[in-house]
Amino acid sequence: MARHPYQVLSPTAILGYGFPEDSFRNGMDKKPDLIAVDAGSTDPGPYYLGSGKSFTNRLAVKRDLSFMLRAAVEASIPLIIGTAGGSGARPHVEWTLEIIEELARENGISFRMAVIHADIPQADVLDALARGRLRPLPPAPQITPGEIRSSTRIVAQMGAEPVIRALSLGCRIIVCGRCYDPVPFAAPPLLEGFDPGPAYHMGKILECAAIAATPGSGRDCVMGLLYEDCFELESLNAQRRFTRISTAAHTLYEKSDPYSLPGPGGMLDLRNTRFVALENGRVRVSGSRFIPAPTYSVKLEGVKPVGFRTISIAGIRDPVLIGQIEPVLDSICTEVEQGFGGAGRLLFHRYGQNAVMGALEPEKNVKPHEVGLVIEAVAPDQEQANALCAYARSTLLHYGYPDRISTAGNLALLYSPSDISCGEVFEFNIYHLMETDDPSAPFPIEVREVGR
Amino acid sequence: MRTVPLTELAAVIRSKNAGPYELTLDIIFKREADYLFLKEAGFFTRELFARLYGIAPDQVLNVVYFDPAAAVKATLVRPLVSGALGDTDIYGAQQHAPLLALQVPSPGSGS
Repeated sequence: MARHPYQVLSPTAILGYGFPEDSFRNGMDKKPDLIAVDAGSTDPGPYYLGSGKSFTNRLAVKRDLSFMLRAAVEASIPLIIGTAGGSGARPHVEWTLEIIEELARENGISFRMAVIHADIPQADVLDALARGRLRPLPPAPQITPGEIRSSTRIVAQMGAEPVIRALSLGCRIIVCGRCYDPVPFAAPPLLEGFDPGPAYHMGKILECAAIAATPGSGRDCVMGLLYEDCFELESLNAQRRFTRISTAAHTLYEKSDPYSLPGPGGMLDLRNTRFVALENGRVRVSGSRFIPAPTYSVKLEGVKPVGFRTISIAGIRDPVLIGQIEPVLDSICTEVEQGFGGAGRLLFHRYGQNAVMGALEPEKNVKPHEVGLVIEAVAPDQEQANALCAYARSTLLHYGYPDRISTAGNLALLYSPSDISCGEVFEFNIYHLMETDDPSAPFPIEVREVGR
Repeated sequence: MRTVPLTELAAVIRSKNAGPYELTLDIIFKREADYLFLKEAGFFTRELFARLYGIAPDQVLNVVYFDPAAAVKATLVRPLVSGALGDTDIYGAQQHAPLLALQVPSPGSGS
């Protein structure tokens, strides 16, 4: 067992969200054993995995990384980046590596770096399906081989094992593809023999940095202190503190069941977890247990393309039209989609009238004095989407609805050009658990000497 | 029994994705006593959330009382997977509004 506490510095909730320099310096002054940061999420939706682009900004990521990279190299401690580039597939990882290599050149620093890829070939997923080793994570549906083949890109969330292997290869800087969020924070202490229950639970809170403190923030630094049977949380900014409630409440966040949190190879059991407030705005958390699963599974995420999108934004202020807007838009939708030969899909979003909650909206019969309208067209290619959007926009602009007295035009168009091409559209189509005999096998490691 | 708006008793009422297929609703109470009263009364049920959101009870995956945070959470099947054509709230962060209008039973004088 290593000396404890094992101190983990979490600078920001997502790489690129930023942090105050003072908080970061406070953290480094306490001589942490590790700097770790989560860089991704599925929350921004399927586009980023599908397109291979990051949802974070390059300059912002470079700014955050410049502090972390220099500090980690200078202090000779590991820096681990989880779910690089937002979605953790190969183009996202490459994008992050380019930034790191640029920073190494600019700062004249050198280090051994591990790159752990998380892309899963379609053939492996098809094989897992055929062998009964693939199951949907409810409420995701069952999957067919055809659906797997339609996927643009598939990644799996790695557990701690490949990261531990990279550390054993002497790598200080570790860039992970898609990764279970707590792993960058938990893997090094696990290698040193710490209990996975507190280690993963601490990682689960640290991956959001100061969001779990009060007042919460996604862009501030916190420290996790790991002991043999518990962990403590400490804000590195005097303006925030951890409270029993803020910490416990965060355990609920974005999870369907706060008592059992499934991850690669097992389940975090929080039924006996206790949160105790300490002095100076710290909280101690004990009783969290990790229960290994009988078979090791990783979660797959995949997306498929569904066409290209064009939108147009307009306002409607005419009360005669607003009074009958639903039947008017329904008939235009049918007419335009049919006129277009069924090759595309048209959607109208009426802000001010159920546009936010859609089917879940309890107040369905609101009559506002104005409506914000987004015309959305999705078609097999961008040209067709542009044409469909233009067709819908011009039809609606001059549509002669019953009792119309304003015959000049039905839309207050917001922009010229009025129509905006948005590019390719993706949907999640794989959200499944895949069994694997070797937790490291799906995640090949590449070792690079940077700056030497 | 008198009722009070849930907003009087709750410090946090929020919605968010729990992965792309689920929507999760959190209610965190200011006072443990209010939480425990409603927990013992069994006030928050699948049927309640189904009624508030106009969905079938089997679309409410669970209702969990979480004592350490004096919190109740319910998880719904998303009507559409996050980002699917027609989805209106990619992060699921603005689906909590029906809870803001909810009246809940209150035991005492509000002291």
